[in-house]
Amino acid sequence: MTDTTNKWIGTNTIRPDGADKVTGRAAYAADTTMPGMIWGKVLRSPHPHAIIRSIDTSKAEAYPGVKAVVTAADIIDFPTDTSVMLGIQDMRWMCRNVMAREKALFHGHPVAAVAAMSEAIAAEACKLIEVDYEVLPWAIEIEDALKPDAPILHDFVQFEGKPSNIAGTLEHKLGNVEAGFAEADVVIEKDFDTRPVHQGYIEPHACLVSVASDGKTTIWSSSQGQFMVRAMTSYLTGLPQSSIRAIPAEIGGGFGGKTIVYLEPVATLLSKKSGLPVKMVMTREEVMRATGPTSGSTSTVKIGAMKDGRIVAAQGVFYLQAGAFPGSPIRGAAGCAFAPYNIPNVLSRGYDVVCNRSKVAAYRAPGAPIGAYGVECVLDEIAEAIGMDPLDLRIKNAAREGTKAAHGPTYPRIGLLETMEAARAHDHYKAPLGKLQGRGVASGYWFNAGGESSAQVNITEDGNVVVMTGHPDIGGSRAAIANIAAELLGIDYRRVSVLIGDTATVGYSNLTGGSRVLFASAMVVTQSAEQVIGQLKARAAMIWGIDPESVVWENGEARPSGEHSGNFPTLNLEEIAAKASETGGPIGAGVQLNTTGAEGGFSTHICDVEVDVDLGIARVLRYTSFQDVGRAIHPAYVEGQIQGGAVQGIGWALNEEYIYNAKGEVDNPGFLDYRMPVCSDMPMLDAVMIEIPNPKHPQGVRGVGEVPLVPVLSAVANAIYDALGKRYYSLPMSPPKILEGLDEGVPQAAE
Amino acid sequence: MAKMHITTTINGEPTEFLCSPSDTMLDALRGPLGLTGSKEGCGSGDCGACSITLDGQLICSCLMLAAEADGAEIETIEGMAEGDALHPLQQKFLESAALQCGICTPGFLMAAKALLEKNPNPSETEVRYALAGNLCRCTGYDKIVHAVLDTAADMREAAQ
Repeated sequence: MTDTTNKWIGTNTIRPDGADKVTGRAAYAADTTMPGMIWGKVLRSPHPHAIIRSIDTSKAEAYPGVKAVVTAADIIDFPTDTSVMLGIQDMRWMCRNVMAREKALFHGHPVAAVAAMSEAIAAEACKLIEVDYEVLPWAIEIEDALKPDAPILHDFVQFEGKPSNIAGTLEHKLGNVEAGFAEADVVIEKDFDTRPVHQGYIEPHACLVSVASDGKTTIWSSSQGQFMVRAMTSYLTGLPQSSIRAIPAEIGGGFGGKTIVYLEPVATLLSKKSGLPVKMVMTREEVMRATGPTSGSTSTVKIGAMKDGRIVAAQGVFYLQAGAFPGSPIRGAAGCAFAPYNIPNVLSRGYDVVCNRSKVAAYRAPGAPIGAYGVECVLDEIAEAIGMDPLDLRIKNAAREGTKAAHGPTYPRIGLLETMEAARAHDHYKAPLGKLQGRGVASGYWFNAGGESSAQVNITEDGNVVVMTGHPDIGGSRAAIANIAAELLGIDYRRVSVLIGDTATVGYSNLTGGSRVLFASAMVVTQSAEQVIGQLKARAAMIWGIDPESVVWENGEARPSGEHSGNFPTLNLEEIAAKASETGGPIGAGVQLNTTGAEGGFSTHICDVEVDVDLGIARVLRYTSFQDVGRAIHPAYVEGQIQGGAVQGIGWALNEEYIYNAKGEVDNPGFLDYRMPVCSDMPMLDAVMIEIPNPKHPQGVRGVGEVPLVPVLSAVANAIYDALGKRYYSLPMSPPKILEGLDEGVPQAAE
Repeated sequence: MAKMHITTTINGEPTEFLCSPSDTMLDALRGPLGLTGSKEGCGSGDCGACSITLDGQLICSCLMLAAEADGAEIETIEGMAEGDALHPLQQKFLESAALQCGICTPGFLMAAKALLEKNPNPSETEVRYALAGNLCRCTGYDKIVHAVLDTAADMREAAQ
């Protein structure tokens, strides 16, 4: 597995789906149509918290052009006293999130849906639905939700024996933190808060669903998992999974936000009731009000170290907003926060807080950037307090092979230290800085995932290759899979066609998420290809009349070896395929696995900023990410993950936030006011890929998609501190907040 | 309300279509005209995924009324390649991995093409400002900017 022996692995091939995507031909969910298709629209709650006393849909149903109306009464009810899990999602909450049942829990919560001959008619009919609400007080921010007299979202949620908005807790413990802090020369404790931020995919949620008169259901939708769509739609509609064919459309970004359903079960029920195919497409405003985002948070991080830089104790308490239903990523926050370091005494706690805003969805290493933000900022303060270079402090304490992490694992060979050493040796770390410019560093960790994947590798009659896998391709995974298949089979990359199957054409495959797609699909594709090679050798042996053991597969052809060496001319893929029917029939193999061995990902970042103290604008001047990528199968798309993650983090750190008005409504539900980074905000972004192959993977693949976001918030925060000598403990560090902080003029050093 | 009959030219082809007075050009493209390469990311002119040119001017088609197409010349992503030959920008985007999910790609290509037609030798800053009306959430813009700068260099060389 080195560059010199590989022909395709490690090269920047052109993605198989590329030509369609640069010509506008690629079919995303909103691009699909069916004969006789009608349109669905959702009626959403105008209140952030209200009991739904009754819903009268009769006027809407009578409106000309309306074909069906759906309310929670049509969705399968999962009683609140029994958990029904699908992956990390609980159907108790999912059935109430897609359609409010007893209560509307956030402004924008779906209450009913209408299907009609046009989108405009459906929208008009929604206005005719009469909902009798009993409006309740609401709690949106964490501190409001935790007050003793806070409005309780769910009576059945108990904490310490009382109804509460704390829906869950988690604790990781190692050693004895009290003893550790007592021993430390320096102890620093700080509070932090972050705002909810949206995944910000450019493609709004969309689907087209056809339920035929016999119940056979076809779903085209934008999701990170067609099997997730099938299963959740089945749970929420009562249709058996075998009746549902979920087809993954090309997906216009997800970042975790498309790992749950919003529209598909609703459109399915509307189609079933109307007898017609139903299309639903969210507006951007609906996306911002009612999908995602990731949690806002408040946290406290305390770290104790010796004068020589050894960290002896660390404690983190992380409160994360779950939104309307339990399930914030406290595991990511509390679990990943201290994971890059070898610390003998750790206590890390997470609290899952429900509040009257949309239910959070996964967002790129869910929770981990929140945990890293507090930890990496406090580490910077420790470094300053003991007079140590911040990278040296991290290097001194870096986790390595054999380190026991508080969240459980003992690490195998990992490349964290290499990322830190590469950062310290890099030109960027030594480059001069000007006035009001600053440099920050930070490291981060993400778990990465394995899990279920399926693949089928078939040889076509003309001797080419079709590979089918089951994960929606968001960032170029088809190109990487083609690289691997071409490498193994020893043929030209362009002879391999990689397709994403639907739920009827490929075996079960878990979500595109957890940085798992290439890790897991490379495993099943590798095993399938190896079986195909075994078949090809057996066919050649049959043609030659020799023992299959005497055949080797090299450079895309079968060659006799051993005593038969040189006795027969080699047989290539085309020649063997041409004789397939005479030698045993079609050539192909499929493998289905629950993959393990993903191993975590580590990254270290350097960020330079310049702060305009008149306007309060912090501008990123230079950004370099150093990441242990395991093995870069398609280096340009690995770089793309690293660069994209950096910019999402810069947006989170500097500008993005949900702003609520006094009525409990999101006040900035569009791209103009929810300001994500644009091209002119950014410099070029350097991605330094460090390849420490994952020993548990046939090609050495390690998940690369999520950890690029983890260190960014703190790298930016540390850079701003370096520029101003003033630290901000609250995100985003947007112009008003920067200016406010400068007005206070409190020197951080005094603390 | 009665539909309006519009006569226009799209990607060089004389075209007629019917629309409501309130339809946007994006509605018309994606609906009756079947040109779904222009994407709707926001409907408010903030993301640029629906970028087209109207008489050579780069615009967001979600901010243009379909009726305004009457008598005009429209270019969309579907008209960017010449037959089976991709435009140099399209080819460079592929070679440079300048797209990940691809939903913003048609808009970026239209905006980049409009830039290079006006300014064949843009600086990095000029490219960044010319593309600042297009949102991409996947790439961090790095590879897009490189692809546009490299294409400009190739096209200048080819023109000599």
